[in-house]
Amino acid sequence: MEKFEYSSVVTGMGMSDIGRRLMRDPMALTVDATLAAIADAGLTRDDIDGVCTYPGMVPGAGGFSGAGAHDLIDTLRLKPNWHNSGLEQAGQLGSIVAAMMAVATGLCRHVLCFRTVWEATYVQLQRTGQIRYSGGGGRLSGGMEWRIPYGAASAANWIAMYCSRYMHEYGLTKEQLGQIAVNGRKNAALTSYAVYKDPMTLEDYLSARMVSTPLGLYDCDVPCDASVAFIISHKDTAKDCRRGRGVGFEAVGTANTERVSWDQGDLRYLTGIDGPAKMLWSRTDLRQKDIDMVQLYDGFSFNALCWLEKLGFCGEGEAGAFLEGGQRIARDGELPLNTNGGQLSAGRLHGYGFLHEACVQLLGEAGARQVPNNPQTAIATSGGGVPGSALLLTAPR
Amino acid sequence: MSKTVKRPLPMLTDSNRFFWTSGADGILRFMRCTACRNYIHPPVPVCDKCLSMEQEVVAVSGRATLAAVTVNHQMWIPTIEPPYVVGIVEIEEQASVRLTTNIVNCAEADLRIGMALEVQFEECEDVFLPMFKPAGAGAKAQARES
Repeated sequence: MEKFEYSSVVTGMGMSDIGRRLMRDPMALTVDATLAAIADAGLTRDDIDGVCTYPGMVPGAGGFSGAGAHDLIDTLRLKPNWHNSGLEQAGQLGSIVAAMMAVATGLCRHVLCFRTVWEATYVQLQRTGQIRYSGGGGRLSGGMEWRIPYGAASAANWIAMYCSRYMHEYGLTKEQLGQIAVNGRKNAALTSYAVYKDPMTLEDYLSARMVSTPLGLYDCDVPCDASVAFIISHKDTAKDCRRGRGVGFEAVGTANTERVSWDQGDLRYLTGIDGPAKMLWSRTDLRQKDIDMVQLYDGFSFNALCWLEKLGFCGEGEAGAFLEGGQRIARDGELPLNTNGGQLSAGRLHGYGFLHEACVQLLGEAGARQVPNNPQTAIATSGGGVPGSALLLTAPR
Repeated sequence: MSKTVKRPLPMLTDSNRFFWTSGADGILRFMRCTACRNYIHPPVPVCDKCLSMEQEVVAVSGRATLAAVTVNHQMWIPTIEPPYVVGIVEIEEQASVRLTTNIVNCAEADLRIGMALEVQFEECEDVFLPMFKPAGAGAKAQARES
């Protein structure tokens, strides 16, 4: 039996405006992105027979979720055969894998996937009293009780501890880690939608204010307002779409092989990465040398380092040496990394930005930031610390 | 205990109350499988090793090793003033059992992954939060105070 990945292709991509404090209704962002994706595929809303998103409408999610599947279905009067959303899946890109499965099983021909955040505007509305904080005052539960009482309230703290342990084990330096951020910023200068485009040197990175040792300000991604959408189509329909072809899927990695925990698992590497990385390679004959670029989740710089190493682009503990100087990961280097700037500079598109950039590059539509030599393969990932996922994509054939 | 910090606190339930109130007598306790003596944390009703559902609350030494650490410089919770040290500690009885906690009574320059720690508790309303200090440090300080 042919593997399920081959049933699906990406036929459309769309983005809303992206920025800090756009002060726009998150559903408006979602409509912009989803209609753009439908148009990009050369389809109409009547062609959409599946809807899938991360995380969906989560109570109390604030700016973390801009629209749920039900909201969008009703707003656009879609009539999907199947729809799905959820926070508990293999990273944000787990929703793409779910869509692929709906296509492969024959439930759907064109699944509309989207991810909307409006964290920057939400915080602004809180500050100005237009949204009143509804949490607080109550007692902690659901796992938060083990960290929040100690002021370990942010993923910055939790991930900083892993990074401290990795540095202790393998001698990673801040100068090496910083190459991820500096490289991202350099790439973002050529990305029209990037939130941060101003040049940043390694010295700027090193002198930035400390957030939680060893992570400074530029190790942390930038919350923003954004919606990104894709059309995941059955491969047989691609010839009828606008481009007449689509970005292919070679393999997915969604395995969850570790403790789902911020402190009970392997403390050297963020959890939720090892399983997807191993599974990805188990589903393809391609190997690291065959990969033309990587778009690796960088909610924090250290996430991307963990993905780089767990995907086997360097040996155990050797990510620091791999990153040294930044040449290898540059857009014209041996393994271009986060060619749109990643979440550190382009903005927290929360997983979907990595797939978007991989598709744009594999279609040869990246303009000034196009990776040279006609790239044929890319890996896009999401997650780390929480269960993640990895996608191996191929240029249209 | 020095100044009282107002912290967000855990909701006490039938499964975690023993843990969060254990410090009332200065002793740290964990759930342990009665059948195979595997420590279980956070509390769940089944042993991850042997799947027995027979468990008991047992006292531990309170000694631990620092496994990962960060000095937090950003304010996340208005009542908890930075900087403060957050660590993950492994308990002496079973290294796979860990707590995210604060490391107290330790200068930043003296923090070392692998350092020996011991528990002390901070009482907050009906909760006793286990925190950790360098092993032996507290005893010396207490001796000086008395």
